[in-house]
Amino acid sequence: MKIIVGMRQLADLVEELEVADSEVDIDRDFVKFVSNEWDEAALEEALLIKEAVGGEVVVVALDEPDVDQTLYSAIAKGADRAVKIVGVEEGWTPTRLRAQLLAKWLESEGSWDAFFTGVQAADDLDGQLAGLVGATLGVPHAAVVSKAEPEGSSLRITQELGGGTLAESIATGKVVLGVQAGRQAPRYAPITRIRQAMSTSSIEMFEAPEVDLGPGPKVRKIYPPQSKGQATMLDGDPVEVAEKIVELIRAKGLVR
Amino acid sequence: MSKDVLVINERVQGENPDLTFELIGKAKEIAGSLGGSVGVLVVGDLGGTDAFGAADRIYTVEHEALSTGYSSQAWEEAVLAVVEAVQPKLVLFGTGTIGIDLAGSIAKRVSGPLASYVIDLAIEGDDVVATSQLYGGKLLAESVLEGDTVVVSVIAGSFPSEAGRSGGSPEVVSVSAPASLASLSLLPGVVKEPDKTGVDITTSELLVSVGRGVGSQANIEMLQELADAFKVPLSASRPVIDQGWLPKPHQVGKSGKKVKPKVYLAFGISGAPEHLEGMRSSEMIIACNTDPKAPIFEVAHYGTTLDLFDLVPEILEKLEA
Ligand SMILES: Cc1cc2nc3c(=O)[nH]c(=O)nc-3n(C[C@H](O)[C@H](O)[C@H](O)COP(=O)(O)OP(=O)(O)OC[C@H]3O[C@@H](n4cnc5c(N)ncnc54)[C@H](O)[C@@H]3O)c2cc1C
Ligand SMILES: Nc1ncnc2c1ncn2[C@@H]1O[C@H](COP(=O)(O)O)[C@@H](O)[C@H]1O
Repeated sequence: MKIIVGMRQLADLVEELEVADSEVDIDRDFVKFVSNEWDEAALEEALLIKEAVGGEVVVVALDEPDVDQTLYSAIAKGADRAVKIVGVEEGWTPTRLRAQLLAKWLESEGSWDAFFTGVQAADDLDGQLAGLVGATLGVPHAAVVSKAEPEGSSLRITQELGGGTLAESIATGKVVLGVQAGRQAPRYAPITRIRQAMSTSSIEMFEAPEVDLGPGPKVRKIYPPQSKGQATMLDGDPVEVAEKIVELIRAKGLVR
Repeated sequence: MSKDVLVINERVQGENPDLTFELIGKAKEIAGSLGGSVGVLVVGDLGGTDAFGAADRIYTVEHEALSTGYSSQAWEEAVLAVVEAVQPKLVLFGTGTIGIDLAGSIAKRVSGPLASYVIDLAIEGDDVVATSQLYGGKLLAESVLEGDTVVVSVIAGSFPSEAGRSGGSPEVVSVSAPASLASLSLLPGVVKEPDKTGVDITTSELLVSVGRGVGSQANIEMLQELADAFKVPLSASRPVIDQGWLPKPHQVGKSGKKVKPKVYLAFGISGAPEHLEGMRSSEMIIACNTDPKAPIFEVAHYGTTLDLFDLVPEILEKLEA
């Protein structure tokens, strides 16, 4: 089975995010970019399938800050090839644009069986990638996928419907999946293996073609949520704060 | 140009989700200001019409491929058929599985704009203005959606559901199933009910909850000790479960359990919308997170930016004293 995994970089959510002077994007200058965690889950699921039934895993991403690290680390984990779509304007790339560019590359790649990507990214305001790629190519898609298991030439797909309810479906042909979680946590690529990948493989380049973006949301402004001043911050050292917390719980009658 | 609002009911089986009624309530407000009406699309078996009394119309599509299980391809074809028949100004999805699944492809196929992760909506002239929660709740984006049909997916808990619940007997309009349903390549299979074995975190009056900030499976031990000291279950955010550090029944949130304890203690949890969906109605929330800008502090009643590794041992100490 030949599986393509679409990956991307995203501002690290644990870091502080500032709004740019334009007020319609984050300030990208001081942001740390990391691989989108759900794309890593998608890669893991693809690698598990390859290990079970053979085939090929190809990772593809737009050229974004530190994306080489993500792509080489994918190779270190077991991906066969890595492709970078270059020539895209820097900044906040609408998901519709990602989808169109990926669709163009997927068309140029010829035959493949499945395209996996993360269920969502924290800035995909204009839609989640899997559905947009699927609709662009006219290939069926499914999102919030927690398992994709090969069965002959089909894939048995498990989607989470919320609250622990699971729905299975069978993909009998080409399919696009938005992966929520793999059957196991993403494997770890040791730095030595990543270095090795960097010296023995190279990233293929694909020049971004002109695409028709279509209508999207026009962002008017981005701003931090106005703090409702909800939380009362507990001051003091750990001993004092611990005391206050136990006191709060005691007041609710939940500890003696 | 149409002035109608179409709500997509995200129900594959079982109860209609609360979110549908949140959407209907908001749809009524929006349709009111547009001068249009509210329709609800119920895919598959309709059940009764009473639940949707707040809507003007119920649309149904029936087909074997929609009668059991869930195929996102079948749903997409059904939703598209209804959107094309109704031509609403606004299509409202929830940001549940079906919204995440279909909002993008429907928007693409009707050539309309989409805003995801929406927490507020308004009408300005001919346009819909949406406020979305981005970056896990750290920033908001206000965007304008222009066009004859625009699509929005709304985060659960954004609007009161009461406004969408009232008795009545809306007109039922059956839309004929599209021919494409006969040639699916993504076939619906079984639906599995949640695993009822393992810990039940929904009945505890106090929960000790742990997030990715705990760093490793080994470190969970300390939080488990704390939960044990309180004689309550340890609950967790999704990454803790996905890493395999705790089993699934411990998960709080959109795709885990909804909990409403008297006190919810959150350690190393950022407060992403999908987590908040499962615990925001707890009576008292106390959050420990080293990032003072973590969204969890927007719902917490009490907070501390101390390191959980400094704080938890002291709480344990206090309890043992
Ligand atoms: C369809 C879908 C469904 C989802 N369902 C759920 C769900 O049911 N439940 C759920 O929880 N998530 C769910 N998620 C995931 C959700 O989007 C977030 O990724 C997740 O909630 C983040 O978990 P977290 O807060 O533990 O981790 P992070 O967001 O990584 O936050 C860790 C926090 O720990 C803090 N921290 C780090 N070190 C320390 C320390 N030493 N002391 C104190 N604080 C520290 C950091 O400041 C940070 O804020 C879902 C996502 C999708 C797309
Ligand atoms: N359940 C609660 N237990 C304790 N204090 C609370 C609770 N709810 C609200 N508070 C306090 O009341 C203030 C106002 O809360 P609210 O009305 O929820 O905005 C908060 O800053 C808290 O300090």
